[in-house]
Amino acid sequence: MFSRAYRAAVTVPPLAWVVAFLLVPYLLLFAYSFWAVEQGNIVHSWNLHNYADLLAKDVYRATLFRSMWIAARVTLFALLLGYPLAYFLSFYAGKRKDLFYQLVIIPLWVSYLVRAYAWKTILGTDGVLNTMLQYVHLTQHPVESLLYSPFAVVLTLTHIYTPFVILPIYASMEHIPRNLVEASQDLGASPTQTFWRVIFPLSAPGMIAGATFAFVLSLGDFLAPLLLGGPSGIMISNIVVSLFGAAYNWPLGAAVSLCMLVLVVSLLFVAERLEKKWSYT
Amino acid sequence: MTNPPTPPLLSIRNAAKRFGKTEVLRDVSLDIAQGEFLTILGESGSGKTTLLRIIAGFEQASSGELWMAGERLDPLPPYRRPVNTVFQQYALFPHLTVEANIRYGLNIAGVGRAEAASRVQQALEMVKMTVHAKKKPSQISGGQQQRIALARALVNRPKLLLLDEPLSALDANLRRQMQLELKSLQREVGIAFVFITHDQEEAMVMSDRIALLKGGHLEQVATPREIYARPATTYVAQFIGHTNLLRATVERGIARCGPLTWPVQLADGPATFSLRPENIRLANFAPGDHAVRFRARVKTQAFHGATEILQLETTDGLALAVRLAGGTTPQSELELQFSPADAIPVREEAA
Repeated sequence: MFSRAYRAAVTVPPLAWVVAFLLVPYLLLFAYSFWAVEQGNIVHSWNLHNYADLLAKDVYRATLFRSMWIAARVTLFALLLGYPLAYFLSFYAGKRKDLFYQLVIIPLWVSYLVRAYAWKTILGTDGVLNTMLQYVHLTQHPVESLLYSPFAVVLTLTHIYTPFVILPIYASMEHIPRNLVEASQDLGASPTQTFWRVIFPLSAPGMIAGATFAFVLSLGDFLAPLLLGGPSGIMISNIVVSLFGAAYNWPLGAAVSLCMLVLVVSLLFVAERLEKKWSYT
Repeated sequence: MTNPPTPPLLSIRNAAKRFGKTEVLRDVSLDIAQGEFLTILGESGSGKTTLLRIIAGFEQASSGELWMAGERLDPLPPYRRPVNTVFQQYALFPHLTVEANIRYGLNIAGVGRAEAASRVQQALEMVKMTVHAKKKPSQISGGQQQRIALARALVNRPKLLLLDEPLSALDANLRRQMQLELKSLQREVGIAFVFITHDQEEAMVMSDRIALLKGGHLEQVATPREIYARPATTYVAQFIGHTNLLRATVERGIARCGPLTWPVQLADGPATFSLRPENIRLANFAPGDHAVRFRARVKTQAFHGATEILQLETTDGLALAVRLAGGTTPQSELELQFSPADAIPVREEAA
């Protein structure tokens, strides 16, 4: 095994990189997930207890489902926000196309942490939103449930990952030959019919790519739930963090991680198949 | 300009188009008859595609009107015009099968399932593409895509079919074959075709009438025979086929160009005449004709199979091209003649 990695490193350095920083850690993770903790020590006795625990204890299943539910909502909202924007950008922005495109990109230059903290400032008890609501007398007291809730997590993640949805959709729309739109109208289709029959199906690969980005990235996110989620907004990655940290149960943490990995990889696999099936260029 | 005998199907009246300060079309008036094959011929930049896009509704004329069957056409969006287009790059929907591409317009129009199916079948048979019905456009060749684009447009039974250089992407042999097919198909369906091309030969072969565009205005609209035999301007004479332009001076009913003189019925002054190379013949000295005879040196002789093209020069330096029957014995000097009736007076282009 060592000599193989060595040969690979000599011939293909990138391969070595992948092996060293991806494959090996995963293999270690894989091994750990079958080990156990006894009296605060990790013992190398092979067993399936961790996986049995995962299935038996509600907290893991519930958190995993919550994470998927949060990720699904983020994906949905990011699509609802991003698709029209990408459509506008590609078909109607005209000369200002480049400017709008930059405006979509710019938030990506701002640190994730800054954006997450910004939402904390906005949603907090004495935050911008509550102050405004009281100022216009919509509410008498601060709305406590804004921050530290799944809502705050969904909102923040939607904000952060929407550009990742816009860009692939925009790219796929840019690849739609404009004479197809004219051909559709020439054959009697109104702009609305043309959208649903030509533009929407041809932008499907971009939508799938964007949705995959949004779902996978938010499913594995742990900063937003940490900063804004509160107890009810805990996500699966927070559990992994705590299992590897304070709980010092690396084997169980590894088992949770592997479940996530299998989930994400199969998702990526399906998404790629769909993308291939629906692209025609 | 010849006016078609029946009331026109489409009437373009004084259409003009400007993009910013560039004038792409100016004062174009053109009638298209029912069932006619009309070709809009012009070089690139002549405005022919813009004219087509105005008819289809993708561009609005800056001024002028479009009338079809007694109604204004220009206020209608493209999807409400009884006009279909065959696009230059075919523009087939890549996500739909050949069959679904052809059915597209029928679905939009709400044609019933059974009728749509039979019309799609007919259209597929018409372009001999039935076996490819279930394929995607990316799985068939350019020539086949071309046929599908045609079927997709014709299946809607438009009153007018627009074709935007549909043959330009095909290789020469396929192109000639498609020209004849298109022509006979048009006869068969009886739908008026407005065909755009920059290829004068193609225009000659296919059209009932040719509308020659130059720099955004119509130079001449006439049948291929007429436009060839009686070109209106020097540009038309040179663009359609080959010709000799004789820049002559008319004086008391006699035109003089170098050593050549012939009787004309024109006012005194300078005049330009188009004399086709094939209308210059070897002198036969038949009694009683009024042929203009002259001697000329042969500079080059090029064999073209059925004919030979000779570049000549008369004693005082007038250059002429002559087309003679193939197999003419090479000679250094020839005695030639032409009939004054074949020297067609043409308008000089304003520069």
